[in-house]
Amino acid sequence: MGSSSLIVLLLAGLAFSAGGIAVARLFVKGTRNPQKGQPYECGVPTEGSPWNQFNVGYYLYALIFLIFDVELIFLYPWAVVVKRVGMAALAEIIVFLFVLYMGFLYAHKKGALKWM
Amino acid sequence: MFSIEHITHLIDAWLYGNLPPTLALLIECLIVGLAAITLFAVLGLVLVLMERKVSAHMQIRLGPNRVGPGGMFQTVADTLKLAMKEGLTPDGADKFLFNLAPYLVIVVSMMILAPVAFAKGVQLWDLNIGVLYVTAISSLSVIGILMAGWASNNKYSLLGAMRSGAQIVSYELSAGMSLISIVVLTGSLRISDIIASQQNGWWLFKGHIPAVISFAIFIIAVTAETNRAPFDLAEAESELTAGFHTEYSGMKFALFFLAEYVNIFIVCAIAATLFLGGWMPLHIGNWAGFNHVMDYIPSSIWFVGKVFSLIFLIMWFRWTFPRLRIDQLLRLEWKYLLPISMLNLLLMTLIAINGWHF
Repeated sequence: MGSSSLIVLLLAGLAFSAGGIAVARLFVKGTRNPQKGQPYECGVPTEGSPWNQFNVGYYLYALIFLIFDVELIFLYPWAVVVKRVGMAALAEIIVFLFVLYMGFLYAHKKGALKWM
Repeated sequence: MFSIEHITHLIDAWLYGNLPPTLALLIECLIVGLAAITLFAVLGLVLVLMERKVSAHMQIRLGPNRVGPGGMFQTVADTLKLAMKEGLTPDGADKFLFNLAPYLVIVVSMMILAPVAFAKGVQLWDLNIGVLYVTAISSLSVIGILMAGWASNNKYSLLGAMRSGAQIVSYELSAGMSLISIVVLTGSLRISDIIASQQNGWWLFKGHIPAVISFAIFIIAVTAETNRAPFDLAEAESELTAGFHTEYSGMKFALFFLAEYVNIFIVCAIAATLFLGGWMPLHIGNWAGFNHVMDYIPSSIWFVGKVFSLIFLIMWFRWTFPRLRIDQLLRLEWKYLLPISMLNLLLMTLIAINGWHF
């Protein structure tokens, strides 16, 4: 099937979700009621907007993730050739992982991974 | 003997033999699209029923048993009920992102199907970076979840989405490391090469202890990535109502629910392909007689059997382990799984370079 399968799957996904929602819209006769549009917070009236500050911890984890994710991308081409290159490639990746891990340990020491 | 490979080849040959090439390609695209949609619908129906039946039997109940023989049509009835419900958009929500999120989640899980080998010779696109493609596309699904949670204008949704984001991106690292350790052994990212390299035994058995460790880490990581218990913090019902899809109702909720189950199928298919040989029957070294007997079972049955065993394992986790707290969850990944999977990768490289694997 080849690369055209990507477009086919993309369109199939769109058609599937659009079809489902369209069928539901055909059957349903909606009624309006001011209570219906309220955010569902277990019956308690909402206090303020949710779009404000939240825990910085999530952001720190995202930053550390970014470093390791880029590392992961570098590991893919390495993994394909490592068997042919041999021990030299292993030594190089040990240095690479060591440097990265030192950075991770530094972040850990600074308390970036502590929750609250 | 009829196998899926024969049927697809027959259709392909007939189309290109009797019709002009452009029309044949169009019809082929249509068939593939319909097949993918049917697969989605069937998977959703089967997996939801399986989940309910498995959890019922683990708790010594019967589970759904009223609609159809043995409750077989329970999920169909539930889907019909959901189709009758109004799809609300809350007043304060970001309407565009709120309505876009279900589409994104479904399209992403549909597109991961491209390199999955369902049986011998049944694969949509055998691209040369198959494993990288799967990891790249599957990491997009977190955007759909964040979008849904943020656009809902609900604090529970926002918290659920944030937890889910932190959890998915964290566990992606060790899942990726486990995949790379198999790529080191095979020296190829192409799915068909990886399956062919397991001709004389699955990597789980051939790769010594490191392969077993990376299989265990992969299963833990994908359980977390699909937001399954014990890592289902994103929708912890006792604290966040339903997490990122609290505000969704009707068919949009059904789409999120379906995507969740299809994602479980996909990650189990990837695990089965890399560690358990995909559609490759159980072969042991040079036992010709044994291998020959195993070849009689069709490849599609092998694939489906392996995938559903892994899905059963993940469902089993749900009724075995209590839910973790968010700091415990992140500690498990960053302090244990990530260093272990890095060391394991180095060990695996040593084995692969020296040819110590079978």
